Amino acid sequence: MSDNAVSAAPLEPPVPTQKPIKTTGLHIGEAEPGCRKVDPILIADGVRRTFGGLTAVDVDHVEVPRGAITALIGPNGAGKTTLFNLLTGFDKPDAGKWTFDGRSLAGVPAYRVARMGQIRTFQLTKALGLLTVMDNMLLGAKGQTGENMFRALMPFLWRNQEEENRAKALDLLTRFKLDTKKDDYAASLSGGQRKLLEMARALMSDPTLVMLDEPMAGVNPALTQSLLDHILNLKSEGMTVLFVEHDMHMVRHIADWVIVMAEGHVVAEGDPHEVMRNPAVIDAYLGQHHDEDLGEDQSAEAENVSAIKELLDDER
Amino acid sequence: MDWGAIFGNAAVELISPTTAAYALAALGLAVHFGYTGLLNFGQAGFMALGAYGYAISILTFGFPVWGAFLVGVGASVIFALILGIPTLRLRADYLAIVTIAAAEIVRLLFTTNTFASVTGSANGLSGYKNEFAALNPLAEGSYGFGPFENNAYDTWLRIVAWSIVILAALFVWQIMRSPWGRVIKGIREDEDAVRALGKNVYAYKMQSLIFGGVLGTIAGMIFALPRAVVPSNYQTTLTFFIYAILLLGGAATVLGPIIGSMIFWVLLSFFSGFIARAVEAGWLPFMTSIQGGQLRFILVGVAIMLIVIFRPQGIFGNKKELAFVR
Amino acid sequence: MILFVTLLAALTMATFSGGSAHADEVGTEFDFTISGNVQFNGEAQDGVAISVSGNGYEADTVTDADGRWAIGVPEKSTYEVTLDEDTLPKGVVVTKGGNVLEADFGLTDRRSVNFFLGEGVRNTVSFFDQFVNRFVNGLNFGLLLALAAIGVSLIFGTTGLSNFAHAEMITFGALMTLVFSVSFGLPIWLAILIAIVLSGCLGYGLDAVIWKPLRRKGVAVIPLMIVSIGLSLALRYLYQYFFGGSTSQLPGAGMTDLKFGPISLSPIDMASMGISIVVLLGVAYFLLRTRIGKATRAVSDNPSLASASGIDVDGVIRIVWVVGAALAGLSGVLWAYFRPGVSWDMGFQMLLLVFAAVTLGGLGTAFGALIGSIVVGLFVELSTLWIPSDMKYVGALVVLILVLLFRPQGILGRKERIG
Repeated sequence: MSDNAVSAAPLEPPVPTQKPIKTTGLHIGEAEPGCRKVDPILIADGVRRTFGGLTAVDVDHVEVPRGAITALIGPNGAGKTTLFNLLTGFDKPDAGKWTFDGRSLAGVPAYRVARMGQIRTFQLTKALGLLTVMDNMLLGAKGQTGENMFRALMPFLWRNQEEENRAKALDLLTRFKLDTKKDDYAASLSGGQRKLLEMARALMSDPTLVMLDEPMAGVNPALTQSLLDHILNLKSEGMTVLFVEHDMHMVRHIADWVIVMAEGHVVAEGDPHEVMRNPAVIDAYLGQHHDEDLGEDQSAEAENVSAIKELLDDER
Repeated sequence: MDWGAIFGNAAVELISPTTAAYALAALGLAVHFGYTGLLNFGQAGFMALGAYGYAISILTFGFPVWGAFLVGVGASVIFALILGIPTLRLRADYLAIVTIAAAEIVRLLFTTNTFASVTGSANGLSGYKNEFAALNPLAEGSYGFGPFENNAYDTWLRIVAWSIVILAALFVWQIMRSPWGRVIKGIREDEDAVRALGKNVYAYKMQSLIFGGVLGTIAGMIFALPRAVVPSNYQTTLTFFIYAILLLGGAATVLGPIIGSMIFWVLLSFFSGFIARAVEAGWLPFMTSIQGGQLRFILVGVAIMLIVIFRPQGIFGNKKELAFVR
Repeated sequence: MILFVTLLAALTMATFSGGSAHADEVGTEFDFTISGNVQFNGEAQDGVAISVSGNGYEADTVTDADGRWAIGVPEKSTYEVTLDEDTLPKGVVVTKGGNVLEADFGLTDRRSVNFFLGEGVRNTVSFFDQFVNRFVNGLNFGLLLALAAIGVSLIFGTTGLSNFAHAEMITFGALMTLVFSVSFGLPIWLAILIAIVLSGCLGYGLDAVIWKPLRRKGVAVIPLMIVSIGLSLALRYLYQYFFGGSTSQLPGAGMTDLKFGPISLSPIDMASMGISIVVLLGVAYFLLRTRIGKATRAVSDNPSLASASGIDVDGVIRIVWVVGAALAGLSGVLWAYFRPGVSWDMGFQMLLLVFAAVTLGGLGTAFGALIGSIVVGLFVELSTLWIPSDMKYVGALVVLILVLLFRPQGILGRKERIG
């Protein structure tokens, strides 16, 4: 629990308020695309997905290490969100198999994947606007008796469980500094608060793997810090985190391992500091333009390009 | 101008079985549309199944009242499954088109001459009331007062109809404040988010479709008891009227559909009574009495538009919790 | 050329009634008898199957060598008498009144039932010929459906609205044609032209008065759809208010059919198909070749991107409403000839098939709507080869549900990307 999550003077760039303890020694052999991990929680093999003629994802082999924070990065259109959708059962691949905690997930519907302990969030926050913050949280709890249509009619069957869940939710909301808003509609929260709510809601089910799709997108800097702290806390509580992110600073600060995707393939893997120097990563981000003056480029990719340029400067 | 008769006739509608039937059908639609976000445009089909299921069971198979009731409910459960299996995985507007089509299929199957021996085709069915009347514990005579005075059968019918409406309302109220109802409302807001939390969204939507459909079916039986079952009563327009009632009262409320139905029928009756007499009295020289009847449907249409545009939460809805701010 | 021969009348039958019952008479234990004599061109037809049913009683028999039959019935009430046409010789059918007749007793205990036989049309038409004829009719229906469906599809694509009031835009075209051709006595081609122009104006007006302000207000698609339902209801009863509940015919309706081999088509049918094809080709040219048409497709694909790339989205939507309404009006005129007749709810009768066509082709794709319409049109007409014609719409709607089961995105639709 970070007691100074909201800082009066946000630092630029945002960093977590606590010093992250990096987990190392995650992989076996060279840190190359598809390399094996000491203790993988999620393993994907030959996962491929095409839209029309376009191949969105074509991953030969990738393993996500347990108990660590793994970042999935790559330029726009690299297939990160599509891979997320495939791994969580929200989309069906054309080919391939993947396992979570040793259990195959091929053909398993999204809700079952979630029940196995692999909970995801979305790039565009999906706070349930016309439910109260508390109801949003309660929805996250697993194995609720009252969610059966017939038992729902007999409150005595689920009242105790409901109270327990409510207490747990209030606890989490306090941690995420949302407890004062518990009776408000989620629609009244700010963008950053909704991200926090979504993450807190995911924690209601005590997941083993938390998958965050761009947790920092559209969040103001003050909240960014507290979000980073929360992500680090997940790890210290024994959860595994896999997240998609564009913000390279954040990746470098909190990730233990980085997987880089480009054009649907995994092009590099490794320690966040090492991987940024990998020529394949630079190629992926810069494409054919790496000779050109990047400062002038105002196109859609410019953000990523300038971000990586900054990072390379930082490394020196 | 006989104002007494106009107001009296309008007041009759307040507790008429037809009002109860529309209230119950609208309550079913509230479960579908207001709480779950399912665009069911086939409520008339569910009602037709209830009315025909009941009438055919009694007339053709000689079932007792409870047996006929179960046949109607069973038919609507099957109907909901047939509708839900192909469409509940698709976008909301597909369900709208498929339900409206399926309700028309049901009506056309009841209208065709092919099954006339069972369905009575376009003439429909009648003569199934004795079994229900036989259950009447009330002695012959008249009950109630003023415009609410009725004979024993009509009083019995009103008691049963409104008891069912009240029971159903309590049922919906209770289930919507349970964890089940929370999942249902979550699905209305964003089904992917609910799925990501480990809920079987498809199963919940199916349960909601069946639940609301069964309420519609029972409404169809109540609707059939004071009259004959005629297929032309179950056109798409019926569904639209129920939507009008639902929107009038408030889509995601329990009381809304019931009060909405009362307001709808009282106003409709008052209006047609007033127009008819105004035409008779020569106040509206440009209008015939038939046109007066059509005028009220024009107004229903205009009312639907105005409510959706200017008061989307209905009379009883919470301004914040309107069902369709998407 | 119809030759018909009546059966013997009851009085004639009375002379026979004294004689013994003939070989095939059934139900002799009853007091009441329905009887008849089946002859064609003066020749007795034997072995023709006749059945009687009603009041829970059923019996059947075949005619004897003199073409006579008789069936005893238990009560003096109404029975249905059916002649099985398959048992008639080749080339002979029941020509008038159908092969099912109702028989009720008057004052006497006997009732004679006459079937009017003629040289067969139905039995001589081979299945293939019927198929071809239905196919052409279905094509005609599909093409006029397509005119309306393309408008629905374009409006859905550009604004997200499932426009229930399209039904009333269809009716509007037919009603205006009726007003200008019959009430004002203008030539039909001019009346149709005026009707189409007025339909376009209606589309422009609806967009300007209702839909554009609602878009500005940011009303979501589902409330918009419910507004369109309210509008549909209001307009439909407004039509009934002014035009009444009756059906009127446009000039030229009911022209005699011309024969082309197995195909029988009236000149109106041919004109209808020709007009549909020319107009649809024009719409295709508009969408594929003109700047504004390309802009329309761009808006349909991705409104915000189109807007960002400098396309006047509101202008495109306005054009879509005008074109869609004009096409709907034309479709209404052709529908009035196809049904035939103009009535206040004619558009609403067709609306569901239009929606089925649009969904079948893939929501929001103009060419999908065309293909979907033709599939629906053909299916409605061809299905009457196997199922009773009062259930022909059932088949089309069942197909809609089945297609969604196996190909949710429709025939030409693209799969959507999730997340």
